[in-house]
Amino acid sequence: MALPKYTETRYRVWHYFYITICTCVFFFLIAPLFVIFPLSFNAEEFLSFSEGMKNLDPDAFSLRWYKDMIYGTKNPWGLAAKNSFIIAIFATLGSVLLGTVAALGLSSRHMPYKGLIMATLISPMIVPLIISGVAIFFFMAKAGLAATHTGIVLAHIILGTPFVVITVTATLSGFDHSVTRAASSLGSDPVNTFMKITLPLILPGVISGGLFAFVTSFDEVVVVLFLAGLENTTIPIQMWTGLREQLSPTILAVATCLIILSTLILVTAELLRRRSERLRGINR
Amino acid sequence: MSSETEKILTTDGIPLEVSLKKAERKNKIKAFLLVAPLLLFLLITYIFPIGDMLMRSVDDKMVTEMLPKTFKSMEKWDGKELPPEEVFESFYLDFQKLVEEKRDGKLSTQLNYTKNGFKSILKKLRRKAKNFEEGNYKEQIMAVHQRWADVEYWRAIQRRAPAYTSQKYLKGIDMYKNEEGNIVSVEEDRRIHRILWLRTLEIAFFVTLLCFLMAYPIAHLLATLPMKYSNLLMICVLLPFWTSLLVRTASWMILLQQQGVVNDFFVMIGLVADDSRPEMMFNKTGTYVAMTQILLPFMVLPLYSVMKTISPSLMRAGKSLGGTPFVAFWKVYFPLTIPGIGAGCLLVFILAIGYYITPALVGGASGTLISNQIAFHMKSTLDWSFASAMGLMLLAGVLAIYWVYNKLVGVDNIKLG
Repeated sequence: MALPKYTETRYRVWHYFYITICTCVFFFLIAPLFVIFPLSFNAEEFLSFSEGMKNLDPDAFSLRWYKDMIYGTKNPWGLAAKNSFIIAIFATLGSVLLGTVAALGLSSRHMPYKGLIMATLISPMIVPLIISGVAIFFFMAKAGLAATHTGIVLAHIILGTPFVVITVTATLSGFDHSVTRAASSLGSDPVNTFMKITLPLILPGVISGGLFAFVTSFDEVVVVLFLAGLENTTIPIQMWTGLREQLSPTILAVATCLIILSTLILVTAELLRRRSERLRGINR
Repeated sequence: MSSETEKILTTDGIPLEVSLKKAERKNKIKAFLLVAPLLLFLLITYIFPIGDMLMRSVDDKMVTEMLPKTFKSMEKWDGKELPPEEVFESFYLDFQKLVEEKRDGKLSTQLNYTKNGFKSILKKLRRKAKNFEEGNYKEQIMAVHQRWADVEYWRAIQRRAPAYTSQKYLKGIDMYKNEEGNIVSVEEDRRIHRILWLRTLEIAFFVTLLCFLMAYPIAHLLATLPMKYSNLLMICVLLPFWTSLLVRTASWMILLQQQGVVNDFFVMIGLVADDSRPEMMFNKTGTYVAMTQILLPFMVLPLYSVMKTISPSLMRAGKSLGGTPFVAFWKVYFPLTIPGIGAGCLLVFILAIGYYITPALVGGASGTLISNQIAFHMKSTLDWSFASAMGLMLLAGVLAIYWVYNKLVGVDNIKLG
């Protein structure tokens, strides 16, 4: 953003002021994440930078809390991670399946009551989580599914489908329906047409919807707090308990791992988004 | 004329119009069948349970079912003076039955909601009632405790007779039905819920405002920078967006604590003395700072997607027509970004108004919101009907905003990432 030579001084000042503000906001957004990283290598039990760390003394850093995360007995991080992944994977599969099929129906121009149905399908995303939590808890308690993996997976399917519906309908909005008609005219049955023609074309949308569903489930704590028993503990529940009770550096080690995971997800999501924009011919 | 159009037939001999309608209907059913599984799933597991919350919030059958004889005999009582012997007798019989079934504890909790002081006199009654003689229950009960001879307490019982009540909703806004049946506010110093509602609105409003003020310049920068720089800066927005909410809250807890990095920095630049580090967490400040950072990406992304579509030549045209950069910005650029502002603000406001996790962790007592109160009643007091009532009041507010959002932006226009 180099300024042209003829810029007046007051606009020059304004411009630098604007750049400074932007820098501050970007710093505010991203810096808090980076404070976790060095502190997770703290050799001491405090959650602030020790004198040794400030002087970059190598003895002040250690992998102690990572060892505690993996081998420690106090916090069942292993069980929590296992549960989190199992629940998130099944919830993602369920959301993607239900959401994609529903999006196909919604994108049809023959769909009756489109607005009303869309609003209903999106509602779990709009309704505050605490209310969803209460409602889902009442249902699961009646159905005998409270404190079971099945119950939590179903709850996360509810919360995850809106994202899949939104991303897939968005992908389908640029979809050329003549290709499926061409397939049918060449003798392909609808299932075959979907698998061979439609699905490969909308796949980026399906996968990015799936990523949203995965992250929603993996990071979800409000509904799980109502539903989970001791056996169903997840990473967010362990973090929540840890943050409320004894703020130990082990949590920071876990948080660092989660930041790395979210970086991977971000990269995947970005690559997918660019691919789908390229496919839709949006070159900006 | 019309006879001519009727003559158009398909190869099967069916009029074209009928055949087309049939195909149309078939397509409609096909489309609906695709949506049906998800719709059905959501209706059963989500929409109906919200209806169930509504039932729970007005349901008051519990006490009605626990004291059936009492309420029957109370029908004739005018409520002016102490009830007749008949009422006392049926209350004694109902109560003895509850004690046998070990349900008297529930009754005392419920009646205590209606009027404070029931817990102790019911406990006393349970102890004494074992030795009651038959007949003249009125005097025997009144002898247990002086409050049993107070007509106020009998009126309180009578108020629990109907099977449905709006009491939980009134309680949610610190009001109640008094003895005369008028709806009045509770005393000034006990109006905790109104404070919470107002605080929730206030925090949601200011968080939205702060997010807007911070997001507008950076969204503008992202939209106007060349692609290779803006992609890099976009990571600063997207990485927090994809990172776990608890991780981001944890980082704020570390930053804002009294021995934390922010306080260290303040001491270093001499803003505060080392021994008087300000408390920045477990109060409103903590809630504001953490919520603003966490919700900021939800404001940046809609603004960015709108600004991206505004051609830079519009600003150049504005300037070439004699406007200063500020005038060109205010008259040309800003009005074009209003759809993005509306979308971002409503999204952030809706999210902020129902926030739970972050205020619970960094908010302390003065920074918690209405959601925290709902969770408290779900988990600690187990007053689920009150939690439902408050949840539905919050939901009504959110749906109203959602309706506006739908009118202004349209749900199908929500963009993610």
